[in-house]
Amino acid sequence: MTAADVLLLGLGAVAVGAALLVVTTKHLVRAGLYLVVCLGAIAGLYLVLTAELVAWVQVLIYVGAVVVLLLFAVMLTRAPIGASDDLDRPGWPALLVGGGAGLGLSALLIDAFRWTTVDLPEAGTAERLGSAIFGSWVLPFEVLSVLLLAALVGAIVVSRPDIGSDR
Amino acid sequence: MRPVIPYVTAALLFGIGVYGVLRRRNAILLLMSVELMLNAVNLILVTADTTVRAALPHTGQVFALFVIVIAAAEVGVGLAIVLQLYRLRATVSVDEVPLERVDA
Repeated sequence: MTAADVLLLGLGAVAVGAALLVVTTKHLVRAGLYLVVCLGAIAGLYLVLTAELVAWVQVLIYVGAVVVLLLFAVMLTRAPIGASDDLDRPGWPALLVGGGAGLGLSALLIDAFRWTTVDLPEAGTAERLGSAIFGSWVLPFEVLSVLLLAALVGAIVVSRPDIGSDR
Repeated sequence: MRPVIPYVTAALLFGIGVYGVLRRRNAILLLMSVELMLNAVNLILVTADTTVRAALPHTGQVFALFVIVIAAAEVGVGLAIVLQLYRLRATVSVDEVPLERVDA
């Protein structure tokens, strides 16, 4: 057990615990705040795994933007203060499928990587990742920019009832 | 560094996300569970990038960045649809979405 292993174990436990609270809590707003904890712990995991740029992008995009958008949606649709009882449907099939997927994948990965130890490679800094993106992956990068534009236009069209229909 | 620790963390996160998608009735909580699943996949990609010596270094991290971009686009369009559903039906429960055609 090296220091990296201890950090990975601790951050992983925080991430899994916060994720469990996200899917079980009765408070809508608290689910969003637990999601912040979970995503922050995952950003810490990225840092330990030497993926610097991905960790900071995770903090910027997920914790900064996605969670704020989700909380905005919670406020705009219905903002109950306190617990709500109608959030869940009966749980046995979900528990079966979700637990089966999670524990099955875990068993598979433990079986494959039980005794493997690797040395951490050089850090994925912005410079190295930039040269990888603009060296080898330029085409997907450009396609993604078109996808973002399409999503932007699509969100505007969907959320404005006065365009896009002849009614 | 033992790669089994982040791998198992990612597998458990994915299972929790699947459970949330099947269990939750509120569309916004459903989107949160989808975010959990996407993050599990990102964690797998980054861990595999540090574990496997690939011909192109840092490819897994590049793909994790791509997945983050796609997730941002997904949550933007998804929330627009959810808000529109709330405006039409005054509910965000996915059980009450009409699947047959409604002539408004």
